[in-house]
Amino acid sequence: MPTLIAKNLCKSFGGHHVLQNVNFELSAPGIVALIGPNGAGKTTLLNILTGFLSPDAGHCALEHQEITHLPPHKIVQLGAARTFQDLRLIRQVSVLENVLLARPHQRGESLIYALLRFGVAKQEKRNRQVVMELLRFVGLQKMSRNLGSELSYGQQKLLSLACCLATEAKVLLLDEPVAGVNPNLGSKILELMLQLRNEGKLIVFIEHDIQAVRQIADCVMVMDAGKIITQGTPTEILSQSKIMEVYLD
Amino acid sequence: MEYLFHILILSSIYTILSVSLSLVAGHIGILSVAHAGFYGIGAYTSALLTIHLGCPFLLGVLLGMMITAVVSLFISIPSLRLHEDYFVIATFGFQIILFSIFNNWIDLTRGPLGIFGIPQPSILGWKIGSDIDFLIVTVIWTACTCGIVYRLVTSPYGRVLRGIREDEVFTQAMGKNTLWFKVSALALSAGLASSAGSLYAHYITYIDPSSFTVMESILIISMVIIGGADSLWGPIIGAVILVTLPELLRFIGIKSAMAANLRQMFYGLLLVIMMIVKPSGLLGRYRFK
Ligand SMILES: Nc1ncnc2c1ncn2[C@@H]1O[C@H](COP(=O)(O)OP(=O)(O)O)[C@@H](O)[C@H]1O
Ligand SMILES: [Mg+2]
Repeated sequence: MPTLIAKNLCKSFGGHHVLQNVNFELSAPGIVALIGPNGAGKTTLLNILTGFLSPDAGHCALEHQEITHLPPHKIVQLGAARTFQDLRLIRQVSVLENVLLARPHQRGESLIYALLRFGVAKQEKRNRQVVMELLRFVGLQKMSRNLGSELSYGQQKLLSLACCLATEAKVLLLDEPVAGVNPNLGSKILELMLQLRNEGKLIVFIEHDIQAVRQIADCVMVMDAGKIITQGTPTEILSQSKIMEVYLD
Repeated sequence: MEYLFHILILSSIYTILSVSLSLVAGHIGILSVAHAGFYGIGAYTSALLTIHLGCPFLLGVLLGMMITAVVSLFISIPSLRLHEDYFVIATFGFQIILFSIFNNWIDLTRGPLGIFGIPQPSILGWKIGSDIDFLIVTVIWTACTCGIVYRLVTSPYGRVLRGIREDEVFTQAMGKNTLWFKVSALALSAGLASSAGSLYAHYITYIDPSSFTVMESILIISMVIIGGADSLWGPIIGAVILVTLPELLRFIGIKSAMAANLRQMFYGLLLVIMMIVKPSGLLGRYRFK
């Protein structure tokens, strides 16, 4: 049974068809690279899968659950979390607080429990431990008290990955997770993605660097002008010169 | 002495208003201009309930809070889905509507004539007659209000509120139902403002619509901004300053008609100075965008 399904997804903005009949079925665990020229509709597809946009037609499903018109928070709770191309984070609070925010099922987020505090401190302590483990995993444990704004660009990408993981989502949708990051940190992020795949996650990531795609992807989907024009293993896809022409356009 | 108690009671009532507003204005970063309206609903509800139905004081306060919280949903659920700017405008409109209701629903509120003879409260047989009694009750409830707000903003609930303030899209992407947090915080804030209205009505024993105008909302907002919207002590200090400093005008021998006008100017001036010198308020860190 596939983990993430898209069926005939269509989306247009004022007559401009940004997605036209997008179909796929992806299973966990796996790493899927979504490639294609700028403006192909990759980010729009991610926005629809995560509930930030509603499709004009078509369906998407996450582990048997229809998620087509659900709001973003519901989809995260069902197990699909994302990062943003334009890096969204809370820059004025600490790294630790950013990741804590992402923890699911927090008792202290209900008004009554926040006031009465039954069991809130205990859960908070446990969550802090989990968050510190996650920060260690992405290599930011030494920066836990720093503000989000004090991190370098690459470290902020790591932080947004940690936030994503803190939601305990099984499906991770990463919008350009290594773009603009120095090569050292970039290969570290790719390394982490491989590890996460081995822990059973399904990762869909948008990427322009063919080298990175070749290195870690199990499957490549090529998008152009709102359509998925082909799909296959990196060796199959990246050797087709026609596709590379579209891509390098 | 009487006069001192009066100032302290008023400072205390305004502290409830400013601290409750700071929950939404400072922590979520959405400005409600309807706070005086919520304050008015509390004043009218408990005044009318005690006069016409002989309702006990505490029950009247509680019912006022509940009604106001529900009323706040009419503004929050439709407008908080939209961008924050719409929310400010929507609350402004709502404030105008509430004022017209106070002013024009003559059968219920007696309109501009106001309601007098509001009974002095008693709690479980304790008749709160003197100013000192009233001061004690008001200070206790003010402390409770500050306690409630403080507990909320230092909990995971408060963390989500600040998440919404800094980046709502990110907060949604972290699995939080941001609309619910905004709606619930505004309902609580409105309910607390309502309790301040009940206290005011039973203290002064007379209310009319002029106490619940948009100018009053702006006064409360000024207290929050001058003190520092996202700190605990800021709104308290803001309330005390804006209640007491204008009283000093009397001591320098300005006639009361003139003093009323000067007071408005004084608030305006203070706000302008604050925006230039320290936009995040005396004790705050958050600046309004
Ligand atoms: N909210 C929007 N309103 C109007 N047009 C949009 C919107 N979002 C994206 N588009 C358009 O849709 C196309 C695809 O954008 P996008 O999905 O961001 O592409 P990609 O991520 O593949 O570079 C672009 O032409 C873009 O201008
Ligand atoms: Mg994009």
